[in-house]
Amino acid sequence: MSLLLEIKDLKTAFDTAQGRINAVDGVSLKVNAGETMGIVGESGCGKTMLALSLMRLVPANGKVVNGEIFFSGKDLLKLSEEEMRAMRGSEISMVFQEPMTSLNPVFRVGEQIAEAIRLHQHLPAKQAMELSVEYLREVGIPDPQKRAMDYPHNFSGGMRQRVMIAMAMSCHPRLMLADEPTTALDVTIQAQILDLISGLKEKNNMAVVLITHDLGVIAQAAEKVAVMYAGKIVESSSVEKIFENPLHPYTQGLLESVPARCLKYLERGEYLKTIPGSVPGLYDFVQGCRFHDRCSYAMEDCARREPKLSEIEPGHFVSCWKTENGAFGKRALQTRCG
Amino acid sequence: MSGALIEIKDLNKKYALSSSFFSSQKRIIHAVKDIDLQIFKGETLGMVGESGCGKSTLARLITRLEEPSSGRINFKGEDVFLYDKQELKSYRRNVQIIFQDTYSSLNPRKSALNTIKEPLLIHRLNGKKEREEKALEIMAKVGLKKEQANRYSHEFSGGQRQRIGIARALVLNPELIIADEPVSSLDVSIQAQILNLLKDLKKDYNLTYLFISHDLNVIRYVSDRIAVMYLGKIVELAQNNDIYNRPLHPYTRMLLAAVPSCDPRKKKEIINIKGEARAENKEGCPFQNRCSYRVEICEKVEPNLEKYDEHSFCACHMAGSI
Ligand SMILES: Nc1ncnc2c1ncn2[C@@H]1O[C@H](COP(=O)(O)OP(=O)(O)OP(=O)(O)O)[C@@H](O)[C@H]1O
Ligand SMILES: Nc1ncnc2c1ncn2[C@@H]1O[C@H](COP(=O)(O)OP(=O)(O)OP(=O)(O)O)[C@@H](O)[C@H]1O
Ligand SMILES: [Mg+2]
Ligand SMILES: [Mg+2]
Repeated sequence: MSLLLEIKDLKTAFDTAQGRINAVDGVSLKVNAGETMGIVGESGCGKTMLALSLMRLVPANGKVVNGEIFFSGKDLLKLSEEEMRAMRGSEISMVFQEPMTSLNPVFRVGEQIAEAIRLHQHLPAKQAMELSVEYLREVGIPDPQKRAMDYPHNFSGGMRQRVMIAMAMSCHPRLMLADEPTTALDVTIQAQILDLISGLKEKNNMAVVLITHDLGVIAQAAEKVAVMYAGKIVESSSVEKIFENPLHPYTQGLLESVPARCLKYLERGEYLKTIPGSVPGLYDFVQGCRFHDRCSYAMEDCARREPKLSEIEPGHFVSCWKTENGAFGKRALQTRCG
Repeated sequence: MSGALIEIKDLNKKYALSSSFFSSQKRIIHAVKDIDLQIFKGETLGMVGESGCGKSTLARLITRLEEPSSGRINFKGEDVFLYDKQELKSYRRNVQIIFQDTYSSLNPRKSALNTIKEPLLIHRLNGKKEREEKALEIMAKVGLKKEQANRYSHEFSGGQRQRIGIARALVLNPELIIADEPVSSLDVSIQAQILNLLKDLKKDYNLTYLFISHDLNVIRYVSDRIAVMYLGKIVELAQNNDIYNRPLHPYTRMLLAAVPSCDPRKKKEIINIKGEARAENKEGCPFQNRCSYRVEICEKVEPNLEKYDEHSFCACHMAGSI
């Protein structure tokens, strides 16, 4: 496996009236060609901003303030605007969390995909349009020939999401950043889309950064997982290890909140388990571990010093004082839930 | 449950779209087809279905954001499409929608607090100070922070925006909430928090929900009854447990089989979804080309939603024998 993407100590921040928001706060990550890296984490923890930083599409009031992003050896942050534009859509493509931000409301759906194909594959218009219809068919749009004529507002939420996926796939990228690509899709179409993506992985050795809150999707589609909390990665490992031996208390809490995992044990009328409290505001930071005030294992040290991401066992990284001190070994999550 | 809060009769919605670049000929999308449905006071009716099958359209029709092509919707026995201005206003206060697409449903030039306060203002409820307090209280309930109150909606993450939408719908204390994928962009912990909150509110205010979601685990957790839609129609309607333990319609079975497992060692054989979704206006059962139980009659006659037992309805010729 060859290394395709390496992010080093990336920081992305927003300046707002209330102060600086450190949306991404020192993330390092490696993704190999042909591999899917799943990213999970609480809403607002910086997943989308991490992806947008890679695309160099951070909203105007924010910017990347530190770090390097190597994509097949080149630092994306050092490319000129023009070089970066050529990169987007051909080498790296992104499925955005909000379809309407990237679809143009005044152009027909089929034309928009065809335009992307034409630009990056230099095909004549007619051929690009035919391909565009083919992609719509692949993502499960019924009657694609006719529906290609519609505008985005004529499509349902999930259909728009699939248009974006079609667009992102049509350029045979080497890296696909997929931000909640299947949130609006029913499970059968979701399965079909995940299948398409895994087909591209095999065919083109494409790598995928898959952001999703659906742990079922992660379990099924990812090889590796990084868990983010308040702008940082707090645990990363192979997908099997994350599910079987989650070490960070946040990861454990996350897995315990999954309705699927707990349902069997829940009488109806009972409540789902949640992690008490909420993510800190991401403003210029508090001392100590970011999770300490929500953590049921917090020790005195946790409020004072911030733990570093360290390798607990081969390929399994965790940032938690308890695990680091060895005081916090395997905890059989399975006995309590699922 | 006591009596139907909402009663939908023979509801249809068709959209006319142009059929090619050059012709003015129209093509019809039949988004909602002959729907009959009751929503009872105090229940949560879960709704699942294929992407593009008409769920959001139905939600928009019920909230009167769109006019139907034909059919009726009664609220407490009165036809909502015959309301005068005053009645419509009170209906809009009682029936709130949480939109699927928070990006286009929230005004980017309004702060979170003002967005949540706005419905109170429109309906001239409470004094200025009380409005502010009420909005802040709801904000806290959906897990947003006080410091975030004055930020504009585009400065929030996807899931944070979704919670602004939820807070906005809750602030008026409506009787019926139509929730269109209300938790689909939330991580599981906040999802659980919101689902618990919706459950509490239901208890405290005797709320009724139409809860649209593609997540069968969530639907299972929240619903009393469940309606399954396919291509504009309801194909199965039954009690929560029956749907999961004894699915009648082949499409319901296919959905249940496709739920991704949370066990990475059990990678699912991606179930082969045979055939592409069907084009409109063909003879017979709309699900036939994907159905492994198809018999001759399915190609000719479209099945209606029929009573299967006391609480279950199914639109399949083979219901009960597969
Ligand atoms: N334009 C902006 N201005 C100021 N703050 C912003 C802006 N966009 C995002 N943020 C903040 O940055 C943080 C990270 O946002 P991001 O969108 O990356 O979250 P996320 O992990 O993708 O969450 P979700 O799962 O809800 O989509 C959030 O706290 C958000 O409020
Ligand atoms: N304004 C419109 N003009 C034309 N067609 C429309 C319009 N709105 C919806 N449709 C069509 O009606 C059908 C049903 O759409 P709807 O949005 O109700 O689906 P949905 O069940 O909510 O799907 P999803 O789960 O993807 O959100 C789709 O084929 C869609 O393309
Ligand atoms: Mg996001
Ligand atoms: Mg919808």
